[in-house]
Amino acid sequence: MPTQQKLVIAAGYTVLILTVAIFVFLAHQSWPFFAEHADLSFVTGDRWLPVSFPPSFQIKGFLVSTLLITGVAVLLGCPLGVISAISLAELLPRQVGLVVRSLFEITAGIPSVVFGFLGLRIVAPYVARVFGLQTGLTGFSAGVVLSVMILPTLVSLAEEALRAVPREYAQASYALGATRWQTIWRVIVPSARGGIAAAILLAIGRAIGETMTVLMVAGGRLTTPGSIFDPMRTLTALIASEVKNAARNSAQYHALFAAGLVLFVITFAVNALAAAVIVGGKGRRSS
Amino acid sequence: MKKLVVVLLVALMAVAVVGCRAEKAVIDINGSDTMVNIGAALAENFMKTNKNIEIVVSGGGSGTGIAALINGATNIAQSSRAMKQSEKDQASAKGLLNEIIVAWDGLAVTVHPSNPVRELTLAQIAKIYRGEITNWQEVGGNDANIVLLSRDTTSGTYIFFKEFVVQENGKLKSAEFSPAAMMMPSTEAIVQESARNVNAIGYVGLGYLKTEIKALGVKVNDDSAASSPSVATVLDKTYSLARPLYFYTVGELKGAIKTYVDYVLSDNGQKVVRELDFVPIR
Repeated sequence: MPTQQKLVIAAGYTVLILTVAIFVFLAHQSWPFFAEHADLSFVTGDRWLPVSFPPSFQIKGFLVSTLLITGVAVLLGCPLGVISAISLAELLPRQVGLVVRSLFEITAGIPSVVFGFLGLRIVAPYVARVFGLQTGLTGFSAGVVLSVMILPTLVSLAEEALRAVPREYAQASYALGATRWQTIWRVIVPSARGGIAAAILLAIGRAIGETMTVLMVAGGRLTTPGSIFDPMRTLTALIASEVKNAARNSAQYHALFAAGLVLFVITFAVNALAAAVIVGGKGRRSS
Repeated sequence: MKKLVVVLLVALMAVAVVGCRAEKAVIDINGSDTMVNIGAALAENFMKTNKNIEIVVSGGGSGTGIAALINGATNIAQSSRAMKQSEKDQASAKGLLNEIIVAWDGLAVTVHPSNPVRELTLAQIAKIYRGEITNWQEVGGNDANIVLLSRDTTSGTYIFFKEFVVQENGKLKSAEFSPAAMMMPSTEAIVQESARNVNAIGYVGLGYLKTEIKALGVKVNDDSAASSPSVATVLDKTYSLARPLYFYTVGELKGAIKTYVDYVLSDNGQKVVRELDFVPIR
């Protein structure tokens, strides 16, 4: 085997090793916490009091908030994202498509702190007014901002999936007398549904992992939210705001790593599901 | 030709490295967000006359600074709260721990300017933050729910406020902030939300008071007179919501760090403290 080939293979394994190493590191750093709290209260309890005596570390509120905000982002972002992808892949003239696509790419490059600022200044006050809320810093506001932030991932991956549908499918559909509209909705989109589902899952992963925006916009209440219109704090925002405060190897430090481990497991599961969908989709098409 | 360029570059880099090494002592300071501005101003003034010492000041919260000091990642921790015993033990394990009060800060309890409430007793503020009073009507305001704003648990301001107000100066050891309190990532975030939200209540350091928010008068008890937060009222002790601001260092005070600490405590340093709306130590 030539050296170059070996190197490329080694690079592939590096990614695998890194992922495993990150998991091992998280597990190792959070082990002292789980050793002391060997029950489910960590994820079912609602008291996060890191600097009290005695302290209490329970993350149900953050877990629920992460899921709620991601849910809003996906419900608002996915229809728009998938439809944009369809129009980009099938309907828009090539030149217009180029412009729109580069605009999405620019959106992907905007730092999340800028999105956070827009959320703070524009989305939150607007949400407070429209829904008559005590404060606009709520999970819903954060979800609205996140729904825009996941669009680039969603649109580019979904568009790619649509473009990957063999042209023969469309040609066969036209040959049978179908209109362009029928071809798009009955042939192309269904053929790409595996890829679109994967795009949505990866966008969910992106939403779960977002930190700065939710830290700034979601309001930061530490308990389980009663509704999406309450202030709340996600797992990512929790870790970001507190990890610098924790002295190394303190109880809080280990608890934050435990929260990080939970976050890692969730995003890993979502991404693994996306990978499974992609692989499964490919298998079906080739058969 | 190419070789010459390389040689020149290497020579240039060597000169640059030697130039930087002209014995410039670097002091790294980290900690309280409340103290970032004051720390930066002090450092700037100090460096004007001490060109051989470079000071880098960063924030993140008192807890951050203390953790950094314990972990050996910073020379001076700026803290707006006293170290906890557990932290003192950890730091002392690394060497002699110095605790130096460099200034005082008054904490203002703030509301939206349109809020009719003008003053509260310490007990009322405590009940509001414990979630026992939830409507402004109960303290003479509008019939509206109170929106509680708090600093994050990283913040020395949070811990001071919790111990001094929420736990009534240590009397209610197990009292906690109301679960409804919103943890804001910075003092600036509290200022912005208080300026926008007519039902919000927050707490910020004196240096952060602006015209967009209203500072409430604070009464020690029902019978005493209300006192507004200002440098003068903190200095003459009529305003009760005040706290010392600390420098912590590990190891015997000497060299550049001692020079800097001496400057901060000098009349020149305390003048800077005063100019930034903090309260000098004397």
